[in-house]
Amino acid sequence: MEGHAGDESWGDSNKVEWHGLGITDPIKKVEDKWLLLPAFLKVKGLVKQHIDSFNYFVDVDIKNILRANNKVTSDVDPRFWLKYTDIHVGFPDRTDADAIDKSVTPHECRLRDTTYSAPILVTIQYTRGKNVVRRSNVNIGRLPIMLRSNKCVLTGRTESQLAHMSECPLDPGGYFVVKGTEKVILVQEQLSKNRIIVETDTVKGVVQASCTSSTHGGLKSKTYITTKKGKIYLRHNSIHEDVPIAVALKALGIQSDKEILLLTAGDSEAYVNAFAPNLEDAARLGVFTRHQALDWIGTRVKVNRRVVGPRRPAWEEALEALATIVLAHVPVAGMDFRSKAIFVATMTRRVLMAMNDEKMVDDRDYVGNKRLELAGQLLALLFEDLFKTFNTNLKSSIDKVLKKPSRTNEFDAWNTMQFQGDHITAGFVRAISTGNWSLKRFRMERAGVTHVLSRLSFISALGMMTRISSQFEKTRKVSGPRALQPSQWGMLCPSDTPEGEACGLVKNLALMTHITTDAEEEPIVKVAFMLSVEDICQATGTEMYASGTFVVQVNGTIIGLTRFPTRFVHNFRRLRRAGRVSEFVSIYINHHHRTVNIACDGGRICRPMIIVDGGKSSVTEHHTELLKQGLLEFDDFLRKGLVEYLDVNEENDSYIALYEPDIVPTTTHLEIEPFTLLGAVAGLIPYPHHNQSPRNTYQCAMGKQAIGAIGYNQFNRIDTLLYLSVYPQLPMVKTKTIELVGYDKLPAGQNATVAVMSYSGYDIEDALILNKASLDRGYGRCQVLRKNMTLIRKYPNGTYDRLADAPLDENGQIQKKYDIIQLDGLAGVGERVDPGDVYVHKQTPSNANDNSFSGPAASAPYKNAPMTYKSPVAGYIDKVMISDTDNDQTLIKVLVRQTRRPELGDKFSSRHGQKGVCGLIVNQEDMPFNDQGIVPDTIMNPHGFPSRMTVGKMIELLSGKVCVYSSVEDMSRILIEHGFSYAGKDMLTSGITGEPLEAYVYFGPIYYQGASREGGLRLGEMERDCLIGYGATQLLLERLMISSDKFELNACQTCGLLGYRGWCAYCKSSKSVAQLTVPYAAKLLFQELMAMNVVPRLILDDA
Amino acid sequence: MTTTSEYNPRLHVGLLEELVTNVSSTDFPGHYPDEDHSWDLSKFKKKLQVKVQKLSARSIEFDLVGVDASIANALRRILIAEVPTIAIEYVYVWNNTSVMVDEVFSHRLGLIPLNVDPALLEMKASPSDQATDRNTIVFKLEIECTRNTAAPRDSKDPAVLYNNSEVLAGHLQWIPQGEQADVFIAHPPAPTVPGTVLVKLRPGQAIEMEMHAVKGLGKDHAKFSPVATASYRLLPHIILDEANPVPPHLATRFRDCFSPGVINVDPTTKKVSVDERGVRGETVSREVLRHPDLAGFVKLARVRDHFIFNVESEGPYEPQRLPLEAIRVMREKISALKAAAEALRAQGEPDGDVQMAET
Repeated sequence: MEGHAGDESWGDSNKVEWHGLGITDPIKKVEDKWLLLPAFLKVKGLVKQHIDSFNYFVDVDIKNILRANNKVTSDVDPRFWLKYTDIHVGFPDRTDADAIDKSVTPHECRLRDTTYSAPILVTIQYTRGKNVVRRSNVNIGRLPIMLRSNKCVLTGRTESQLAHMSECPLDPGGYFVVKGTEKVILVQEQLSKNRIIVETDTVKGVVQASCTSSTHGGLKSKTYITTKKGKIYLRHNSIHEDVPIAVALKALGIQSDKEILLLTAGDSEAYVNAFAPNLEDAARLGVFTRHQALDWIGTRVKVNRRVVGPRRPAWEEALEALATIVLAHVPVAGMDFRSKAIFVATMTRRVLMAMNDEKMVDDRDYVGNKRLELAGQLLALLFEDLFKTFNTNLKSSIDKVLKKPSRTNEFDAWNTMQFQGDHITAGFVRAISTGNWSLKRFRMERAGVTHVLSRLSFISALGMMTRISSQFEKTRKVSGPRALQPSQWGMLCPSDTPEGEACGLVKNLALMTHITTDAEEEPIVKVAFMLSVEDICQATGTEMYASGTFVVQVNGTIIGLTRFPTRFVHNFRRLRRAGRVSEFVSIYINHHHRTVNIACDGGRICRPMIIVDGGKSSVTEHHTELLKQGLLEFDDFLRKGLVEYLDVNEENDSYIALYEPDIVPTTTHLEIEPFTLLGAVAGLIPYPHHNQSPRNTYQCAMGKQAIGAIGYNQFNRIDTLLYLSVYPQLPMVKTKTIELVGYDKLPAGQNATVAVMSYSGYDIEDALILNKASLDRGYGRCQVLRKNMTLIRKYPNGTYDRLADAPLDENGQIQKKYDIIQLDGLAGVGERVDPGDVYVHKQTPSNANDNSFSGPAASAPYKNAPMTYKSPVAGYIDKVMISDTDNDQTLIKVLVRQTRRPELGDKFSSRHGQKGVCGLIVNQEDMPFNDQGIVPDTIMNPHGFPSRMTVGKMIELLSGKVCVYSSVEDMSRILIEHGFSYAGKDMLTSGITGEPLEAYVYFGPIYYQGASREGGLRLGEMERDCLIGYGATQLLLERLMISSDKFELNACQTCGLLGYRGWCAYCKSSKSVAQLTVPYAAKLLFQELMAMNVVPRLILDDA
Repeated sequence: MTTTSEYNPRLHVGLLEELVTNVSSTDFPGHYPDEDHSWDLSKFKKKLQVKVQKLSARSIEFDLVGVDASIANALRRILIAEVPTIAIEYVYVWNNTSVMVDEVFSHRLGLIPLNVDPALLEMKASPSDQATDRNTIVFKLEIECTRNTAAPRDSKDPAVLYNNSEVLAGHLQWIPQGEQADVFIAHPPAPTVPGTVLVKLRPGQAIEMEMHAVKGLGKDHAKFSPVATASYRLLPHIILDEANPVPPHLATRFRDCFSPGVINVDPTTKKVSVDERGVRGETVSREVLRHPDLAGFVKLARVRDHFIFNVESEGPYEPQRLPLEAIRVMREKISALKAAAEALRAQGEPDGDVQMAET
């Protein structure tokens, strides 16, 4: 290039740099890289974590649990044994004994109030007499099956096949159908297990490192290394007293003080000084050897008194406690305590570091320190508990049989198994339907784990699947756990959280998040050793804390050392990108602790990112082109090493560019698409980046209440309450998320033409004005479908309920209230039900509970038990279903429909957290109109804008107006081309005076959602005060007592205490007992006061 | 036309960048001292002009010049709300196995525009009135979807696969009642647009219902409104500043700030002028006011008493008949008001206050 004059000028122009690019550089922007998002959502994302976790449980974890509990023996017959060799979960089937077609669909379960479950089948080997018998496919119970999991009949079906099963193809799955109700196991957020967390209490001046150990099948326990008066102790629940750290380490086999000092303080002067008193402590206690230390601890261990066996010496107790209970997750192989000792030493060192530098404490709220627990893990815990109980029960019943001295035939344990009852089935059903996970065995007591899937709208159902609930108490007034964490970026939605008490504790996953499942640890450790990691057991403190040496940890357990951390991490990542280790294994360097951390445990939040290599995005135009053509899938991008998953910890060890032009030489990754930082619900908001952030949060709460389409199967569903929009519309202004989650196929709202102006004064406080003609034409119309259900029961005494036709009155006429009852005793479909009408004419035998009745069932006397329509508004019979439940009772469900048109007081909301009620309905001719004769559907008061700052809504209006003509490029230009003002403001003419309005009016379409719900207005404390001030006593009396909790009270005029039925128990007299009317709350207050030894005496007077 | 080239607050509505000025008329007695503005029929006759500008099968554009906004607005309001039409009001459902529920389907039936001349029918005085052949037209819908056995195997199109896959407005059958067969012989009652899709059916679904159409007013329900749109706008008026003409280099930019055909630019001299015929096409987007270098050359206005009406008929009326119907209704209203006023005057003393009747 040198010497050419012409090239010089080119060289100069190259110097003009924009984001590090010269003009002659190729424009390297990868268009359409966002297409990776739909490709990702096809294989992972949103609901996939639930399904993946359930699949993992059913395919892998359940086998691990079986392996851990695979033997049943007898205390009576030592020769007897029963062994489980295999377990698998079948496909959902029908439990009805006489069914010919055993196949079942989730929708049938919803309608019939049954559980969508599949049998758990085991293979067993056991002794029968002298033979060993093997039996396969032995049913031990039924497991509710998650919809769309790999055991579900819906998986892998085409749209038309799904349609045959009455299932909506857009339904995300990931929930269970238990007793006919759809139940979701919410994602639970927890602090990560097996990791050291260092905290300080600045008030008490305590520094403490804690670690919750959790192993498969083992107990959970928490170990603390804590400071007390400047000295360091080990604390654990199973030891009565805090153990001085030197004693603990000596008991773990580090006997020399020098070694203890090296492993904890290293050669750092400050740490040595801080640690030294602890060594003196041990000496003062007279603990010098390991045996002495064990003895010291042994006398303080809480021993589970065993009934049998001799009492063991103290040191043995201590050894067992240290090996199995304290820090149980650190393996102790062959009584080699070295790694556990190093772990304790490391914890101690972390305490020393935090004492020395207060910045070295950990943040509990950091998302990298969190683990998410999903349905699979919770079910695994539940199953393990149930299975253990099952085995105990099995053992005791086997013992019972074997105890019998003489038996007619050979004992077959299989027969006993058949009579074990449905302990496992019932256990699952109970836990999922109540949401109470109370497992005594694992000391777990959790309520509210499951929730009913909200079917208020498609989005509410979807939003529920991405919800994360926290284990923090809602009442605690700490802001930390509720605050937005910077590490939440891209993983958890910053907008979607409820308001009020659960604010910030309930979170939602972002669009591209994935939650890992457990991966095997062993191969990863092997890989680490192969990549030149030195085993920790060979190391002393000198090496561990030598400069340039990094400690390698796998899932929090210290495995070794490396002197070349960067190279090690780089090589490890290369192996991961090449697919040699699972893509969900994360590795990162912690420079503060000088560690390399590898994690492969389940529950970590991660998301995919484009790998940047040598300052260039590895995903190129070429790749996106192939993606568009469908030749590449997301997994191919992973396999080719173009994209990788980063968990929160690794993400924070990376340098990620948001946009491609931002890439600099040190950049390691590139975001796939910035909008994926929002979740599915927040993704519906158009222009969310123009709104004040709380508005987006409000919208996330409101979008879920919007009435719209619920699913393609909405007309086949019989839900307790279902709201449907008659004419839902696709929004004019869509986001990419809307298309990705399927909101464009199941929308909830309508595009209303809005004029932003004040009108009539009935639009104050966010009220909206609606155009009557728009309502006449179907705007905002909705249907309300309500389920009514009854059982036609059979009673133990042989009698049964029956349906009867309409009775005749004395004139031989059918009464008005029975006029829709047909000959089968049910109302005809399509009939109108007026208030008071009977729609199921059921009759019950009056002696149903009389077990002495023995006559023919039909001869029993019957009384009417009709189902009467109670709503004040007439409805129509939409559907009548007759079926039977799994315990053979006839089930009748009647769906009653009401069609409603918007009226005053109905709630409407745009997509920007701007809700308002309808304040006035105006005739079309009274509405203002523009030059083209367009009349608005809605008038919104402009006072809604300044304080709310929802600029996104204004832009939505503008781009909606443009979209009427063409797609959005340059909004204002297109508006001008079509003869509108560039600002979106039109000249309107008043419909009342006929004269032009003196101001131009912002005018265009905005997507409005309706959320009409029968809500009352609360007469609150402040309102009450107003009425008191005004003196409206009768109104207060009526509102707060007569219409509320009126109660007739007996009070004694002599003693002033409460009486009962005209008798004063104190005065033993009925002479002066008076009756008075008070609110029940007042009576309750008196009684509660009395319970607290306070006597309230009423002084009565004639008013 | 009453336009002048100067902005006259008495005649013009001024359009500023963020404000509309002089929206109300001021030509009433007492507004201007020493001027007589009392209403005068001959003056009114002279000023009043009506001219049809465009007429098509479904719409009409006409100018109404020389009336007050209240009169023009009354016309518009009556067109929307008070010119009667016929629409389906009662639906008797015998069978409906379609996916659409009865209420929604009935609502859709109600919205179908019918071609029945309202003059031929009486209005029911109250909803409880007996239905007769003078006030009710009966339609029947009997339709069932079946499989088309002749359809090609690989076809995916429902219209080919099934018979009656869509229920159209044209499927409504008129059932003549009483004398209706003779009265409506020339124009059998039917929907104006037979191709309107009401609902889609699939094999096995059937609909059987009877409908009663009655005469009604748009103020009762939008389905009785005879128009899709009835609105007006004021004639745009663009005032170029004679003293300060648009310089030639800005001429094309200036022209592009208006709707096409509104501003003429002389090809040689680049002199800017307003096209008197094209000015009615101006949408008044006020684009010119947005550019500081162009805003000074022009004033935007609209002529206050020049109403450009646009009426789209969606019912039985030919568009040109609609304004006349509206005026007829207006005259009826006026005469009713007049009669009431006269009755009031007859009963009370001429100069005393009129007592309101106690109810």
